[in-house]
Amino acid sequence: MPVDQSVVGKELPPLTMTVDAGRLRFFAKAIGETNPVFTDLGAAKAAGHRDLPVPPTFLFGIELESPDPFGWLSCIGVDLRRVLHGEQSFTYHSPAVAGDVLTVAPRIGDVYSKKGGTLEFIEKASTVTRENGDLVAELKTVIAVRNPARASEATGNVGGASEATGNVGGASEATGNVKAAK
Amino acid sequence: MTAVQDITVGTELPPLEMNPISRTTLALFAGASGDHNPMHIDIDVAKSAGLDDVFAHGMLSMAYLGRLLTDWVDPQAIRSYRVRFAAITPLHGKPTATGTVAGIDDVDGERRATLNLTVTLDDGTVTLIGDAVVAV
Repeated sequence: MPVDQSVVGKELPPLTMTVDAGRLRFFAKAIGETNPVFTDLGAAKAAGHRDLPVPPTFLFGIELESPDPFGWLSCIGVDLRRVLHGEQSFTYHSPAVAGDVLTVAPRIGDVYSKKGGTLEFIEKASTVTRENGDLVAELKTVIAVRNPARASEATGNVGGASEATGNVGGASEATGNVKAAK
Repeated sequence: MTAVQDITVGTELPPLEMNPISRTTLALFAGASGDHNPMHIDIDVAKSAGLDDVFAHGMLSMAYLGRLLTDWVDPQAIRSYRVRFAAITPLHGKPTATGTVAGIDDVDGERRATLNLTVTLDDGTVTLIGDAVVAV
């Protein structure tokens, strides 16, 4: 069952997050960050930041603070287990730091399929703004859905996954993904 | 940090070699990033989808590549940053982030370098391919 084209252009609920210094330090720990500018307020200020700077990819997580961050996928019939991250981009307009109150507004963009629907792609564009309305960043996400036609019957269906693997030569990301996982 | 006047097309950023990715790495990144997708932290869910095990968040590798950038320029100097996820990173994969200056331009009165970026595993698998534009 292909992803319903009627979702194209659909706006998802905006989400607001206060950037917490402790969360930034946790993020730094999780990615092995050693640059003190991301964890030490003195180092950050000495480097000219208002507060601890937000690392380049941290903004991706704002909308995941939603109580049901992947709910929009199940609403359009997509099984999260068959989702792969295809592409991600950030365009930065204004630096964000700890203490900023940021709001992300996601919108579903294009939906298209390759290989006769064996792989479907969903694009999502999000803006991140500060309380005063300043644009902080624009994000674009492309997710690939493997073999959505079988998603509903696929629990434990290794054969279905393997067949999808073999069929997706046109989409290098998903092909490599699944093979590498095995 | 490389002196601005030394940056030319072909300049290589110092590579960033990561430790092999463990289950603890993925648990911590799930919590810190907010991405709780069980495919990265729950082997039972991964098996239910026909995989042998969990695999790393793509955004973890993008964060490693982001470290390569911010080791080289101030975070405020990054104008854009994008990647394509070319292959997943399996558990115990050992990523290395690399970057090369592909171009230098003047845009909006600012000198900017375009960087070609990759993340590669020990076995040679290229997992991320991307680029970034930074003010230099």
